[in-house]
Amino acid sequence: MSAEVIIEARAVSKWYGQFHALKDINLTVHKGERIVICGPSGSGKSTLIRCFNRLEAHQEGEIVVNGVALHGRMSNVAAVRSNVGMVFQHFNLFPHMTVLMNCMAGPMWVKGVPAAEARQTALQFLERVRIPEQANKFPVQLSGGQQQRVAIARSLCMKPDVMLFDEPTSALDPEMVSEVLDTMTGLARDGMTMVCVTHEMGFARAVADRVIFMDAGQIVEEGTPDAFFRNPRHDRTKVFLSQILKH
Amino acid sequence: MLYPDTVEAEVLVHKPWFVATLFGIVLLVFMAFNMSGTGFAELMRPVIGEPSTSGLYGRFAIGFAIAVIFTLNVVLIGFAPLKLQIGIVWLELLLLFIAFFETFHLSLPFIREKLPFLISQGVVTTLYVSAISIVIASVIAVAGAVAKLSNNGFAYAIASFYTSFFRGLPLLMQVYLIYLGLPQLGFVINAVPAGILALSLCYGAYMTEIFRSGIQSIDRGQWEASRSMGFGFALTMRRIILPQALPVIIPPTGNQFISMLKDSSLVSVIGVWELMFLARTLGQKTFQHMEMLISAAMIYWVLSICLELIQSRIERHYARSKVR
Ligand SMILES: Nc1ncnc2c1ncn2[C@@H]1O[C@H](COP(=O)(O)OP(=O)(O)OP(=O)(O)O)[C@@H](O)[C@H]1O
Ligand SMILES: [Mg+2]
Repeated sequence: MSAEVIIEARAVSKWYGQFHALKDINLTVHKGERIVICGPSGSGKSTLIRCFNRLEAHQEGEIVVNGVALHGRMSNVAAVRSNVGMVFQHFNLFPHMTVLMNCMAGPMWVKGVPAAEARQTALQFLERVRIPEQANKFPVQLSGGQQQRVAIARSLCMKPDVMLFDEPTSALDPEMVSEVLDTMTGLARDGMTMVCVTHEMGFARAVADRVIFMDAGQIVEEGTPDAFFRNPRHDRTKVFLSQILKH
Repeated sequence: MLYPDTVEAEVLVHKPWFVATLFGIVLLVFMAFNMSGTGFAELMRPVIGEPSTSGLYGRFAIGFAIAVIFTLNVVLIGFAPLKLQIGIVWLELLLLFIAFFETFHLSLPFIREKLPFLISQGVVTTLYVSAISIVIASVIAVAGAVAKLSNNGFAYAIASFYTSFFRGLPLLMQVYLIYLGLPQLGFVINAVPAGILALSLCYGAYMTEIFRSGIQSIDRGQWEASRSMGFGFALTMRRIILPQALPVIIPPTGNQFISMLKDSSLVSVIGVWELMFLARTLGQKTFQHMEMLISAAMIYWVLSICLELIQSRIERHYARSKVR
């Protein structure tokens, strides 16, 4: 792969106090790549992708995003973050703003986009996640699936180079999961660079270029969906897959 | 509002056991008091004869009459719609208060004569001293709350010392300390600025704690979402956190404002011509203390009601995003 590198993690380690949460992580994300990260609870998946926009600090190794190294003394963290979209498990919409304003806030206040233009962009992305008619409601008035799609639109409005998803569907009812996954699949089709923590294996199979399996803070296995699901090499991967595909 | 259940229960004041209990209690209470010297007893004269000699029968009759009126009143109000109920109960309580003040035999002409000055000088001073103090206190509170939540040792130490000190000392002491103490350091300070400074610092300390708890009540996810979009600290605070904290902050802050309005009377000790100061001095010459003090009390109450109304307005404004 010769495409531009968006995220590069080299020998990254992270501790919470004594607890070694990430151990020697090496990962490169190229432009246009779709990566799915899975693994048992507590394996460090959230921690890892939260390091990619420095919501968490790593202690060893190096993380470079869009050519900028992330570290404690950086002065331009806001610029890096505004190019990295993040979608959370619990949506984290701003409840005191309308859906439209949620989407306009970032471009207006961070990038200084004029209100009219921000509004246009917001409506365009709300259209894209197929809820333009909810624009003037407040987040509490929407269903979980709709809220998550707003959260995706809100991130897209910043025109990010990469989108990070942290279990975007795991707080949703089954019938809402598919509407969010459809949205994400659409994004992938359009060539968005994505790093998704998810246990939706159907999505991983259909969309991912690479699947990464983490356990106990380490990347245990990495490969194309085909190889990953057909013949996992590692025992821990086999156990995990058998558990998750059992149902 | 408490959680409004959609199942309608029978109105409490229409339940027989409640009405009976209420009637019994009122009857017993009024029988326990000797009401024979009151105006109500005079009204009962046709039934009980000379009130002072009517004895137990008189007491019972008076208590019974009051209990009937009271219970009937409560039951009837129970039929009215909510808004009307609130209005009637307010009105009745107000009438009771006026009847109470009637017993002081206040000189109305005297009040009418002094009231304009009481308002033009006293109320105006009270209002602007409190208004300025409220603004300064709010600014201090935001800064103090941020400092207390920061992990900067200096900021935390200064803020926690400040809140501890100004919450710990009586406000009267603070007023004296600032008015009499600052000149020792070479800052001569007038009474009004000294009063404003004391009030701001004292209430800023209380409000720091209110703002801190308000800010802390906001979910971490809001910070994360905001920061992950590239918002800076100040922007996150101003646009995301504080607007959400306000519904939590406003009720106790409204309390503080009302309390400050009345505590501003403490600055009268250093000779500021505010409402309380004037009420005391105006009544002194002719020994008509009660007239002026009750007038001042009523004015404080009216001002507090205005603040209450403003507070409920603001609360309603921020309730918008909570309705489904
Ligand atoms: N702030 C923290 N302080 C201490 N330990 C933490 C903290 N956050 C996470 N951890 C620990 O780090 C480990 C990895 O957590 P992380 O949230 O990344 O797991 P995860 O793979 O996302 O799990 P899940 O699938 O349940 O979301 C866990 O064992 C957790 O207990
Ligand atoms: Mg997680």
